[in-house]
Amino acid sequence: MSTNMHNLTLAQISKGLEAGDFTSVEITQHFLDRIEKLDQSESGINSFITVSKEQALADAQAADERRAAGNATQWTGVPFAHKDIFCTDGTLTTCGSKMLSNFVPPYDATVVDNFKKEGAVCLGKTNMDEFAMGSSNESSFFGGVKNPWNKETIPGGSSGGSAAAVAARLVPAATGTDTGGSIRQPAALCGLTGLKPTYGRCSRFGMIAFASSLDQAGPMTQTAEDAAMMLNVMSSFDEKDSTSIDQTIPDYTATLNDSIAGKVIGLPKEFFPESLDGEMAEKVRAAIAEFEKLGCTVKEISLPSTDLAIPAYYVVAPAECSANLSRMDGVRFGHRCEDPKDVEDLYKRSRGEGFGDEVKRRIMIGTYALSTGFYDAYYVKAQQIRRLIKNDFVSAFESVDIIMGPVTPSPAFKAGSHSGDPTEMYMEDKFTLSCNLAGLPGMSIPAGQINGLPVGLQMIGNYWDEAGMLNMAHQFQQKTEFHKQVPQGI
Amino acid sequence: MALDHKDVKDIANLARLAISDENIDKYSTELSSILDLVEQMNAVNTDGVQPLAHPTDAVQRLRADVVTESNNREKYMANAPAQEEGLFLVPKVVE
Repeated sequence: MSTNMHNLTLAQISKGLEAGDFTSVEITQHFLDRIEKLDQSESGINSFITVSKEQALADAQAADERRAAGNATQWTGVPFAHKDIFCTDGTLTTCGSKMLSNFVPPYDATVVDNFKKEGAVCLGKTNMDEFAMGSSNESSFFGGVKNPWNKETIPGGSSGGSAAAVAARLVPAATGTDTGGSIRQPAALCGLTGLKPTYGRCSRFGMIAFASSLDQAGPMTQTAEDAAMMLNVMSSFDEKDSTSIDQTIPDYTATLNDSIAGKVIGLPKEFFPESLDGEMAEKVRAAIAEFEKLGCTVKEISLPSTDLAIPAYYVVAPAECSANLSRMDGVRFGHRCEDPKDVEDLYKRSRGEGFGDEVKRRIMIGTYALSTGFYDAYYVKAQQIRRLIKNDFVSAFESVDIIMGPVTPSPAFKAGSHSGDPTEMYMEDKFTLSCNLAGLPGMSIPAGQINGLPVGLQMIGNYWDEAGMLNMAHQFQQKTEFHKQVPQGI
Repeated sequence: MALDHKDVKDIANLARLAISDENIDKYSTELSSILDLVEQMNAVNTDGVQPLAHPTDAVQRLRADVVTESNNREKYMANAPAQEEGLFLVPKVVE
């Protein structure tokens, strides 16, 4: 047993458990000690909202017994963490909000259940922007999360806790969710591999809904190989999610070593605008040049509706969130105001007190967009634009295998620097939103650093081609070292 | 599109959100700025374009009309802020 166990990848931990190099209890305790020391202290990273210490050790013990009995799978005893958006039976699930700061779900999300069946060990629930609305993790009721690469900067959001926890090696991997970039953007800013699958690939049952037609769960890991291992567990067809798609699920690890020679990479000119930071463009182009060395060819393409993604997203997402969050009314669960004088007062004050500023703004925009007389001008118009965005991608994929570009306009920014006009924060997602609106799978992989802070390369694949993206990413990571870089002092 | 104080109050009421008077100014500026952003959609003509409701145009699945849930009443009630005899308590609705 080594004292550097926290630097192991998921795949290495899985092999180490199988070989008997360490037990699940030993490695679980190692990570729990790190969380206590580096995360939960006063000046800590604050990437966890709940640390499930006792449960994790009990699960690790059970996993070791299962292994001894000869029933272990690749995941049995492997530690990881869940974003606090996934309902966990008997464990606090807050979604980063005061509204749910006392909510203990009576059931497990399907994604949670999938990991439990394998005997994986969940160490706790990670911090996030409130109801997944944000790109900096600053909207969490439980306080901001520090980026382990530079503690004055944000880790990205909304899956910022998951990203920071993996970057600081407090956990080898974590789940995230991505509605407009919430896996890919924090993965990019924390130097990780993050994947948002095709809409319908992972069940949304028990994953607290933000914008139902956009939300997808996905892995946040150190490597593409780990992302494949994680997606194998996360993917499932689920009767309990009416938008889950019954589509064959391949073994995502099986094709990682396929040759990628001859693949055609599309570079949309809209992803490289003149306004793009010069160093960012340089890093992204250098990463793409590595793919050319691996035998890929590059083709310039156009996705003309790209600029419409931000306006369309800021109708669709708020409209759907205003409907989804109407269930938080202070009656059946969640925050309730003191001494309501009537039902209306109960609703209004419970919601007014329970939701933070960004959530209120989005509920109000969504309520306005869906109100009588405005529905066609806003929601229908936005859904038509989604069609145009999808059509752009469909025609691009007739001549390319994969699309690449930057994930973010810049590396991580300083905490508090985007607190003025909310639309300034929205620009952070300009390269990631179109993928969600079209329902396509997208990925971020480390592509180097600018001023000591990581930046990502974005890959967008065709529908259901997660395996193809993971193959490309894995081949890239066999030839590059970006994904192996860790923050100082970790 | 600029939203004035009355608009903000009306929207907050529709959304059943209590917001304090001192914040109305702030919300009116912020929401107007978001709507300005959103209205960039009007730059493109979408006449005749079929709205996209599901990214892969899947349709709603149906299932057999059978009971699938077990009775977990007590567990489900455990999160209720106020309850009595297995019922959710709310302020009086009908006088």
